[in-house]
Amino acid sequence: MIPAGFDYQRASSVDEAIALLTEHGEDAKLLAGGHSLLPLMKLRLAVPAVLIDIGRVDELAYVHAEDGEIRIGALSRHHDLAGSELLRDQVPLLAEVAGQVGDPQVRHRGTIGGSIAHGDPASDLPAVLLALRATLVARGPGGTREILVDDFFSGFLETALGADEVLTEIRVPAMADAGWSFQKFNRRAQDWAIVGVAAVLSNGGGVTQPGVGLVNMAATPVRAAGVEAALGTGASATDAAARADEGTAPPDDLNASPDFRRHLSRVLVRRALEAAGA
Amino acid sequence: MNISLSVNGETRYGDVEPRVLLVHYLRDALGLVGTNVGCDTSSCGACTVLLDGESVKSCTVLAVQADGHEVTTIEGLAPATGDGALHPMQQAFHEQHGLQCGFCTPGMILAAVSLLAEQPHPSEQDVRVGLEGNLCRCTGYHNIVKSVMAAADGVVTP
Amino acid sequence: MIGDRLLRKEDARLVTGEARYVDDLQIPGALWMAMVRSPFAHARIGSIDASAALSMPGVQHVFTGPDLRDAWINPMPCAWQVTEDMKTPEHWPVAIDKANFGGEIVAVVVADSRYAAADAVDAVVVDYDPLTPVVDLEEAASDQVVIHDALGSNRSYTWTLAPDPAALDQAFADAAHVVRERYVHQRLIPAAMEPRGVAVVPSPYGGDITLYSATQIPHILKIMTTATCGVPEHKVRVVAPAVGGGFGSKLDVYAEELVAVALAQRLGVPTRWTETRSEAGVATIHGRGVIQEMEMAADADGRITGVRAKVLSDMGAYLQLVTPGIQLLGAFLFAGVYDVPTYHFECTGVFTNRTPTDAYRGAGRPEATYAVERTVDALARAVGIDPVEIRRRNYVQADQFPYQSAGTLLYDSGNYEPTLDQALELIGYDQLRAEQQRRRDAGETKHLGIGISTYVEMCGLAPSRVLASLNYAAGGWEAATVRILPTGTVQVVSGTTPHGQGHETSWAQIVADRLGIDPDMVEVLHSDTAISPVGMDTYGSRSLPVGGVAVAMATDAVLTKARLIAAHQLECAEDDLELVDGSLQVVGTPTKAMTLQEVAFEAFSAHNLPDGMEPNLHAQVTYDPPNFTFPFGTHVAVVEIDEETGQVDLVDYAAVDDCGNQVNPMIVEGQIHGGIVQGAAQALWEEAVYDADGTLRNPTLVDYCVPSAAELPNFRLGSTVTPSPTNPLGVKGIGEAGTIAATPTVINAVVDGLSHLGVTDITMPATPERVWSTIQAARGTGEVDQ
Repeated sequence: MIPAGFDYQRASSVDEAIALLTEHGEDAKLLAGGHSLLPLMKLRLAVPAVLIDIGRVDELAYVHAEDGEIRIGALSRHHDLAGSELLRDQVPLLAEVAGQVGDPQVRHRGTIGGSIAHGDPASDLPAVLLALRATLVARGPGGTREILVDDFFSGFLETALGADEVLTEIRVPAMADAGWSFQKFNRRAQDWAIVGVAAVLSNGGGVTQPGVGLVNMAATPVRAAGVEAALGTGASATDAAARADEGTAPPDDLNASPDFRRHLSRVLVRRALEAAGA
Repeated sequence: MNISLSVNGETRYGDVEPRVLLVHYLRDALGLVGTNVGCDTSSCGACTVLLDGESVKSCTVLAVQADGHEVTTIEGLAPATGDGALHPMQQAFHEQHGLQCGFCTPGMILAAVSLLAEQPHPSEQDVRVGLEGNLCRCTGYHNIVKSVMAAADGVVTP
Repeated sequence: MIGDRLLRKEDARLVTGEARYVDDLQIPGALWMAMVRSPFAHARIGSIDASAALSMPGVQHVFTGPDLRDAWINPMPCAWQVTEDMKTPEHWPVAIDKANFGGEIVAVVVADSRYAAADAVDAVVVDYDPLTPVVDLEEAASDQVVIHDALGSNRSYTWTLAPDPAALDQAFADAAHVVRERYVHQRLIPAAMEPRGVAVVPSPYGGDITLYSATQIPHILKIMTTATCGVPEHKVRVVAPAVGGGFGSKLDVYAEELVAVALAQRLGVPTRWTETRSEAGVATIHGRGVIQEMEMAADADGRITGVRAKVLSDMGAYLQLVTPGIQLLGAFLFAGVYDVPTYHFECTGVFTNRTPTDAYRGAGRPEATYAVERTVDALARAVGIDPVEIRRRNYVQADQFPYQSAGTLLYDSGNYEPTLDQALELIGYDQLRAEQQRRRDAGETKHLGIGISTYVEMCGLAPSRVLASLNYAAGGWEAATVRILPTGTVQVVSGTTPHGQGHETSWAQIVADRLGIDPDMVEVLHSDTAISPVGMDTYGSRSLPVGGVAVAMATDAVLTKARLIAAHQLECAEDDLELVDGSLQVVGTPTKAMTLQEVAFEAFSAHNLPDGMEPNLHAQVTYDPPNFTFPFGTHVAVVEIDEETGQVDLVDYAAVDDCGNQVNPMIVEGQIHGGIVQGAAQALWEEAVYDADGTLRNPTLVDYCVPSAAELPNFRLGSTVTPSPTNPLGVKGIGEAGTIAATPTVINAVVDGLSHLGVTDITMPATPERVWSTIQAARGTGEVDQ
């Protein structure tokens, strides 16, 4: 309803944000678009003592090509990614999924960095980054480091980011001529996916191997490793999809039981692979 | 915290607690009560306003985040000609019976204005998907979709 | 005029943000209330420690149930004692020693601001001693744990309608086919887009109070404020400003209203409260919550010979305003549109540790219609004929009206088959059946389902004597005043309380049509007991067939007086006058005429009126309808069902409704559109889900799936017109018909789409997992996709 009180600090640069994080430690939360954090704060499920608003750090809102990959500033909004010509050409999977996050109002505020740093397994974008084997760039007091997406999601709503680090950039391979598909299964358009599947096939270039990421199939965003392995050995879409739920631990909630999620993951992976051209 | 923002074309200065939601700032501090609150989970879209011309849910934006930006609420949508003329979208909702109780209407209209700004010639399905973030309990959406299509086709007389 | 698609007079305020809902009101000095609610479904309340809350900035007071017990002279009202022996638990606005549902108010925080009040709620420490919650309806009926000790049972009442038991038994004994069905209507959260809100402005020295509430029933609320808070009725003014939808959920007297009145009086300052959406999930009444056992007997050709319905109805923890009577509003309709000679209905109301239920759009008639229309489909399967054919064989025929039903109703007028024909034509029934078969033959996994329902409902609440026979505490009349003002414009005062239905427009049309004037000259006033002191408000699709008729009659009464004045001044006989374009003219001599404006001014100046006539040109009429009205129609839904995921998409929908004469077809269609979606939402999306502890798991709109535009198709609407013979406008109510029709239509479509797999039933809402599991169960297999 109404967030509990907090101290509000506004950072005008990444360095200033890092300094503020260092100063306030675990009591502080970064505020980007606010569309992951503010809903939790309104229900008082999150009660940070300090909010560090990085929404005005314009240096982190960009999409550009560099060294054969696409680099996306963490404060790029979903709306900007969905409409980015470069992304639509070079990483159409990401542009498509960014256009399906939440609803238009959410996409006008929410950022890719905020969504990824929140680490919600029900979010769409982490699955895309898993499929694309993205690299995440974080900056802290000690400088910049790169984190492979497979090392990033460490637990339910937990990531590898240190308390004093800012996620600054997401790097994904150009995948212009790779087959891809995103399958989002939900009851209402604005809802979180009950299960989602992001799939990309190798294009022999930037995407060297098939990638399949799953939404809402475990406590963290997860890769469909069994599917990827099967595809690597030349399995058909149907046969590969049969392994969709390997290594997953689907949640049980009002929308679906774990077993139904496992079933959905197999159906949706098959559809994704077929749509991607496998 | 001191903030200044443009609301419906006028610069407003305020001193707000950081936790104050934009919707409460608009309603309680500025008296712009046309923006309604229908939920507390960013689901219903009743509180939709334009922030720098784009639809946002003002229940999920802090007033301090809007500092320095431009906000348009339902009160600022119609041309200020003083003759009661409505914005074409408002006129379309009237002519197509796109509202009943009216509670979702300000948010729905502003979401639709933002939609057409980005997609001037949508299909009916585009409109339906484009309004996914706004709930209405009265109309069944049939006439809301007609309203937005009419506004897009310019068949309504502003 | 009547029959025109006049654009709404209400809209300008609403599309510009100019309308004022309760939370929009600026009330200087008002203190904000926030409610401390029980997190337990069933718990004894121990000590309450408010010291931390009271030390917070801006917090003025914290009141507990015992603190406020003597603020009320009577507990919360229930107006419907459905049986002599009905058990009614004592229900105080703030729980005194025991909380009986999760969300029941146990303390009230009063603070300077909305934020301060919200902050303090969590700081009030309540010591609860949890008791075993009674959550499941059938378990509750078994009385293993009794919720209200003083009542000795969870069964509140059993109400029976058994016109001829022997004939019924014979019908079942002789039947060639008997189908037995069990249906569950899940609990629904009404979710009007505007949450409730209350503001009370007292006048400590003057003694009067004004209660602003987001309510459908200011008139009833005024009386109940007197009955509970003890404020003399003539000192109470209730105002329902702009109200953002109700659907029955604002047809109630709520604890928060009575707390606000009590505290405004005690503190001598204005008090206010606005519900949050999450709070609304537990604090505002729920709808449905019914288990039905339905039996239908038929001969070898499928002609229905008897119906027997037994219903268990979840009251929730307490009886709200009309909780126990809701199923009675459907009790007479379990034979629907069919000519069924024998009938039995019984309903038992049962308490559970859940939010009280009460009226929700359709109130009883959706439940009855669902049972009939689904059972008729089951009968069609048993007989082996198409759902269209089973209906044609059983309809009450046009020449049987007025029709005396075995369920003891007198249906006013009807002609059912043309609505079926038109609906089938609109949807393209034969082509759909062919496409359905094609998909099945091709082994496709996206199945097509076509569902039909033909409904009739009773609305226009209600003849006062009928309500008396049902033990309802009040009557069902409606009042209207029409005034032609001295300068010729017209004020209408209506006792109805619109909250989206467009009465300002429709009533203006009725008046303008009868007076031959421009509807822009007519202003409709309502929803404020100081302006409209006499009324029975808006619910039960009553506004037009009762209130609108009262408006027409008051207009006629004014016109009669105008004729007397004009005849007097024009020195002619009354019968020589005709009304032409708002002017009373002597027939054949148009130059001898008075405009109504002139007549009104003469009535005002009173210089030259007939002897003994009172000045001014106004009339008040109170109309008590002689019968309900019985709108009807046929709806057809088309769904696509993804066998692999269980996803059901509503892809097409046709509705042909007959509500008699239509005052404003645009408004009629809008009511049907919205009604269809609310009915379809019960079928496919919505359910208040409780866990075993009695905690509502989905109070927010994140988890309670009110559908958006993206989930819905456009609707194909048609209509027929069979006027009601019981009122001078020939109108019937249409506010609930869409909802009543849509739920069985959509579920019949889902079952139809899976019928070739052996599916005969699906639990509502038909979620993907339920549909998928149902298919698996019908096939008797595990997974089928691999």
